[in-house]
This record gives sequence, C-alpha cells and structure tokens, in this order.
Amino acid sequence: MALQLEHVSYIYGADTTLSVRALDDICLTIPDGQFIGLIGHTGSGKSTLVQHLNGLIAPTAGVVSYNGRNIWEKGYPRKELRSQVGLVFQYPEHQLFEVDVFSDVCFGPKNLGLPEAEVHARAQRALELVGISEEYYKQSPFELSGGQKRRVAIAGVLAMQPKILVLDEPTAGLDPRGRDEILGQIALLKKETRISVVLVSHSMEDVANYVERIVVMNQGRILYDDAPAAVFSHVKELEEVGLAAPQVTYILHRLAQEGFDVDGRATTITEARDTILRAVRKKQV
Amino acid sequence: MNIIETSHMSYDYIKYDEEGNAAGRTRAIRDVSLSVKPGQFIAILGHNGSGKSTLAKHINALLVPTEGTVVVDGKNTSDAANVWDVRQCAGMVFQNPDNQIIGQVVEEDVGFGPENMGVPTEEIWQRVEESLKAVGMYAYRKYSPNKLSGGQKQRVSIAGVLAMHPKCIVLDEPTAMLDPNGRKDVIRAARALNQVEGITILLITHYMEEVIYADTVLVMDGGEVVMQGTPREIFSQVERLKELRLDVPQVTLLAYELKKSGLPLPDGILTADELAAELKKVGPAR
Repeated sequence: MALQLEHVSYIYGADTTLSVRALDDICLTIPDGQFIGLIGHTGSGKSTLVQHLNGLIAPTAGVVSYNGRNIWEKGYPRKELRSQVGLVFQYPEHQLFEVDVFSDVCFGPKNLGLPEAEVHARAQRALELVGISEEYYKQSPFELSGGQKRRVAIAGVLAMQPKILVLDEPTAGLDPRGRDEILGQIALLKKETRISVVLVSHSMEDVANYVERIVVMNQGRILYDDAPAAVFSHVKELEEVGLAAPQVTYILHRLAQEGFDVDGRATTITEARDTILRAVRKKQV
Repeated sequence: MNIIETSHMSYDYIKYDEEGNAAGRTRAIRDVSLSVKPGQFIAILGHNGSGKSTLAKHINALLVPTEGTVVVDGKNTSDAANVWDVRQCAGMVFQNPDNQIIGQVVEEDVGFGPENMGVPTEEIWQRVEESLKAVGMYAYRKYSPNKLSGGQKQRVSIAGVLAMHPKCIVLDEPTAMLDPNGRKDVIRAARALNQVEGITILLITHYMEEVIYADTVLVMDGGEVVMQGTPREIFSQVERLKELRLDVPQVTLLAYELKKSGLPLPDGILTADELAAELKKVGPAR
C-alpha cells in the first residue's frame, strides 16, 4: 500500500515558448505510516509535487501510481483517490464557508455520498482528533481564533479519512503554542491511525522535531531523501539552496569550533542538551 | 519628543446584528500607555488574538482608539484632519506580500506611494532608486513582481513604504510566509533601515530569533502590555513566556535546559557565542 512517483517530470506551459520545467525526474515512494518532511525554498517545486500526489495535475512524463495502479490510466477513480490522499493547502481557514463548525466538517464526507449517521460520526471523530470540543460545534467558524479555524479546516480533510495527509505549511502565522499544538496533534494522529503524513514546511526546527524522513527539493529535483540527522549534516549545501539547518545544529558547530567535544549531528534541543552535557562532564573529569 | 505616544488607549470591536444595531462589544486593547523614541527598534510579541495587530493598526490611523489617545509625531490620530500626515509618517507592511503589491513592474509599484502624495516626477524616480537600493532590490527594478520570491516581494513592499519617507515603519508579521533565506533578508533590511537611516521600527512577529536585536520587547496578552524590557530581560522568563503561548530563541531554550540539568548558566543567553563563553566558565564538577 503506497503512493509512488516514478521518473515524474512536469512542465508548465509545455506547448508555449515560456515553458518552465517545475519537476525533473522525481522518484519518490510514500509508504504507510511514515511522517515525511518536504522542504525547499520558494519556487523549488514543492507545491507542484504536492499537487501530483492526489491527481490534481497530471505529470508531463513519468507515472504516479497508488497501490500499484497508475492513477492516470483510463477509468481510474480519481475522485476516490482524492478522499484517500487529503490535501490541506496553506491558510486552509480561508476555505471555511459553512454556517457552523460542524456543518463545515461534514461537507467533505457528505459529498462522498455517505449516509448521514456516518457523516456525523466522521465529523465528530475528526473534530476530536484536532482537539475542537463540542461546545464549538454550533459556532460560526469565522468567530474562532486563528489556530482554532485552522484546526477546523484540517478536521474537514480528516473527515474524509485519508490514508495519506499532506499539509502545506500548516503552522504559518500561528503563535508558538498554536504551532506546537497542531504539530503535536498531527503526530498523535499519525501514531493512532497509522496514516502517512507529508509536512511541507519552512521551519527547519519543526521538521527536525517531528518527522522521520526529509525530502529536500531544489530546482524541481530531489536533492536529499534521508533521515533528518543525515540531511541536516549537509549544512553548506542546504544554505546554497536557500535553506538552513535547525538552529541547534549551528549552535553545536559554534561550540565545536570553540573546542567542545560535541556531536554536531544533533538537530533537536534534547539531543543538543545531551551531547553538551556529555562534553562538559567529560572535560570535568 | 516621542514619535509614538499612546495614553490609556483602549479599543472595542463592535459586532452588528442584521439591522445594523450594535449587538456586542469585544475589547481588543485595554489601557495601553506606550512611548517610543525616534530611532528605536521595538518588537511586539503575543499569541494569536492578543491584540498585536489591532495595536499596530492604531499607529497609522487605520483604527482610532475607543478611549484614550494615540499621538504620532505630535499629531493626534483621532483628529480626522491628521490622518494623511500620520500615514505619511508611519508606514505599514503586512504579512502577505501578494496583497500589497499593485504595480506591473517593481519600480512602478515603489513609485505608487510618492506619486499619490503629489511628489514631483523627478523626485519620485530618485526616491524609488534610493528605496530599492536600501532594501537591496535595485537590480530587480524592471522585473514583474510576480516573478519574485516571497522575501523579495516583501522587500519591495518595504521599499514602497520607504519611498514615502516615513519616520516610522510598522511591520506586522512580515516573515510569516517566507522561507529561511527570505526571512533573513527581510529582517536584515529592517535592521539596516533602523541603524543606517534611523527609522523607528515596530516589528510584530512569532519568530523569537527575530527580536533579539530589538531595543525593547513588548509582550501582549488579552489586549494589555504584560511584559516590557530588553530581549535579555524578557527571554530570561522562559516559564512565563510559555504561559503566554510564546517561546524563547532556540539557544536560550537550550541554555535553560542545560541549567535545569545542573549546569551553572545565567538566564537569558541570546547567542551561540554567549553560550560558548558561559560553558567555558563552567568549572570542575562539584
């Protein structure tokens, strides 16, 4: 059970003089139950890639397959695919439109043609998963805070019960606690339901803290596809493509320059703390 | 004279029912008294809904206080006759660059403000050139804005404000939508305007790292200013900031965690260099 991209290329305006190659020979497999970070500077091809994942756009060359079947072969039920691969766009709260929170979350499953009882059960479950309690169900979504609105919008996609959840910068513009709450809930959701999550982010810290695999895009190609510690060991190369390592990595490099025997591969606060404590205590012996 | 002076200002958002009658009031700003000196770099932190943006909109008279006064460069913003002067003195840059750029070509976009002010054509071009140079975007003056990256667009927005020769620029989460490089460039541009041109900067952000160079940090909660001090004073209070849904820079958090694990480190470490220096002082185990 996996989503697979084989040698996928995509050219915007292919039959015009202004054609732009946005994806160039991408090979990527998204298996079940993995938390993947997708990073790359503005214009690196992240969004184009994401739109291939649920068949919003068709590749110019190459094959996108889901569970072994080419999603662009004749008669493939792409509508069904879109309920299996849920896409949460940037600022999803701009897509809220219903009179109350509960109806907004019901909209997706209702459109799948499910019976009403099932629709309600799914909406309730999705709202529970994002931590929106029943007291908000009858409120207008437009009267909620920014973080709450975003969670309702994410619940709208979760109610489709996707197998793969793709989130494009879900924390942009949220305060630090709101950011941690959303990412924490997504991590918990992934653990409980075994869905796969693809997190598109500009925050190297968020990626380092939550994902188990990082895909780095540059100029339409995959530059790295590896575990966080391995990807973030390429600090120079990441900077050359407009990215960075998490700040703790830089702090550790600075300490190493100053003669501390620290492990520069740490990418989270906890890892950094442990390697510094070890280095300092070793010095003290 | 202070460039911005607010005295006991409060602001209510009023909700109207279908007949247009006032149906409810939400107090977004409560009794805020602030004074900002010319040339200061002020950072404003606060969780979503704490009143930061509402406060910012008072600085250039997009909103006027329900109670109390806001005086910008000696002019009371509540007096409708002052609105244009106030807006020329205090420019604003918002979160989404795509909502602020209107020109087909970068230099036309930057010239829009001074043109509207009735600046002579000759001088408009001079101002456009200076402003684009100040934010490092002069090489892109003939580009179409939609060919630029987010950080570049945001610097064009800043140049557009700069061309109106403001004394003060309010930046409301200017980096929220940018990648790491874009974020760095925008913050660098804001600091340069502050240090080189002496322009007063008010920066609203959720990125704690962006405020460590500010002269003063204000923290808002429930429409009030609940903390005020230097970055070091503010970031020394890790627990209090977490209660307010905020955070501290990563290096500060790392030092705080090390201290909790028993290393004798001071509070409020703001850079990797400071951390290295302090760790060197850590003596043999007791």
